[in-house]
Amino acid sequence: MSRYCSDDRWVMTAVDATYWQQATRAIAAGDATLLSLWGEPGRIHMAVFDNAIVVISLDCPNGLYPSVGASHPPAIRLERAARDLFGLDPVGLPDARPWLDHGANPTAYPFLPVEGESLHQIPVGPVHAGVIEPGHFRFTADGETVVRLEQRLGYVHKGIDRLMHGATVARAARLAGRTSGDSTVAYALAFVSAVEMALGIAPPPRAVWLRGVMAELERVANHLGDFGAICNDAAFTIMLAHCGMLREGVLRCAAECFGHRLMMDCVVPGGVAADLAGDAPIRTLIDAIRARFPALVDLYDKTASLQDRTVGTGRVSAELARQFAAGGIVGRASGRDFDARRSIPYPPYDQLHFEVPVLHEGDVNARVWIRIKEIEQSLSMLEQMLNALPTGDIRVACEPHRSAEGVAMTEAFRGDVLVWLRIDEAGHIDRCHMRDASWFQWPLLEAAIEGNIVADFPLCNKSFNCSYSGHDL
Amino acid sequence: MLRTLLQGLRTPVTESAPLAMLAADLDRAVQRRLGRSLAIREVDAGSCNGCELEIHALNNAYYDLERFGLRFVASPRHADVLLVTGPVTRNMREALERTWRATPDPKWVVAAGDCAAGCGVFADSPACIGAVSKVVPVDLVISGCPPTPAQLLQGLLALLNAR
Repeated sequence: MSRYCSDDRWVMTAVDATYWQQATRAIAAGDATLLSLWGEPGRIHMAVFDNAIVVISLDCPNGLYPSVGASHPPAIRLERAARDLFGLDPVGLPDARPWLDHGANPTAYPFLPVEGESLHQIPVGPVHAGVIEPGHFRFTADGETVVRLEQRLGYVHKGIDRLMHGATVARAARLAGRTSGDSTVAYALAFVSAVEMALGIAPPPRAVWLRGVMAELERVANHLGDFGAICNDAAFTIMLAHCGMLREGVLRCAAECFGHRLMMDCVVPGGVAADLAGDAPIRTLIDAIRARFPALVDLYDKTASLQDRTVGTGRVSAELARQFAAGGIVGRASGRDFDARRSIPYPPYDQLHFEVPVLHEGDVNARVWIRIKEIEQSLSMLEQMLNALPTGDIRVACEPHRSAEGVAMTEAFRGDVLVWLRIDEAGHIDRCHMRDASWFQWPLLEAAIEGNIVADFPLCNKSFNCSYSGHDL
Repeated sequence: MLRTLLQGLRTPVTESAPLAMLAADLDRAVQRRLGRSLAIREVDAGSCNGCELEIHALNNAYYDLERFGLRFVASPRHADVLLVTGPVTRNMREALERTWRATPDPKWVVAAGDCAAGCGVFADSPACIGAVSKVVPVDLVISGCPPTPAQLLQGLLALLNAR
């Protein structure tokens, strides 16, 4: 085992099959946490969290490697994807079906067999009734009660891994920012952080803090949107109307301050694309949200018909959240106390005061409350950042000129985004892997809906709000 | 509490300028062409979901799409317009074709966003077919990454005026 890159938070190392299997056993036993698993031609990698993030890499010249999913189910979909994308075969993987590759005949996918009296199936998607992303849900129901949900994803697979290969760092940053549009800041930040780590570049302090401002604006916008949309799925439309206005305010503020409503391409390698001329729009926004939001929270809390839909619905057990290392809202609503901003602190969060709300009920209501509390925390963080915003440059040169590897993790609004990449000698991206929090949240949605009625699925789904694009890549 | 909430709604937030002229135009055009309504079915054929966020915003109180008689419907069977986003992926091609076939004539297809218009940053990916026009006939392109709600409204107006 040779350690070839490390700092105090990250270790990257090549291993042999014996070590790989030891690591697998540690993960399956719960002694370490699987963060991701990905391939490249002739080699498989996994990222493991054990106080630091350890990336272990195993050469597999014959295309075979010992399956992690065989003993640790959260790895199964990742291994199916790595086989589709790189032809690496996990020996012992219990599910031999393709995942991202739908082949020439997409309707020929063999869903799991279902047996039992009076069961019926409801196929939904990939084109859904609302304005949402495409995916297929196969419900098996006993009357109104869902006894199994099986997901089939991959419809928006755009070949991002393939496009990254050979891309300049600047182009790759644009691609990273379009992996999941709702998390464009978090993705761009994770990507450029990995590049900067690989090259040993330190972005200017002002840029680091402005990135933090953008990231929290993005979180507030998404949480507001979700809060309204979840209530809307429980037929409580006034919340959607109010939250929609607040969300629009955030997007307009972002456009005014950084030049783009979603802040796409605003985080760039070496810094940020545009400076903040003045913080007045953000301070006005914070005041506006603080003036309106508490009344909405109060309304949520005191509306019995709404609580009736959200309390106890779509429960995720703490054990499943732990096993799947469910990040973000889903994990923190089920007792998993992990937030990349605090657990693997990166600037500017290491200099901010904030709490990471954690609840234990694991239901739709808990996921709503995590969002509410996080909005309050983000507003506080925004204020802290504006009050202490460093002066100076916003960008340094970031011209790669040697081969290097880097890894980074950021906390997007829905959970942690992990990026690992290698730059080749010409300074282009050789391989870039991006793992959305949704990889480990989607399977828990299958568990959450079991025993609930079919009509509560939209509510459960919206309370997760997993990314299709971020997952399908 | 209710008073606080209602206070928030007392001053109409629905946009006048710079959308006022656009709104009036759109209103006249919809009335002339379609009487009172135009039903839109949104299809994400591979988008990063950025376009979906801005299409959603059309429904908020600032843009209030429905005041023009434009509304989103749940089924292509009920739609006059397919509003398609994303570079069409290989895995979504069939679903898009089937959705198009399920939409009754007369129908119009709007390709919204740079990906739908010309594959955007995903050009040359073997996993993508490319622009929406490679799969179904497109009547109008709205560019932008993503297009803003105002650009989307402008585009829909252009569609009505061009027909």
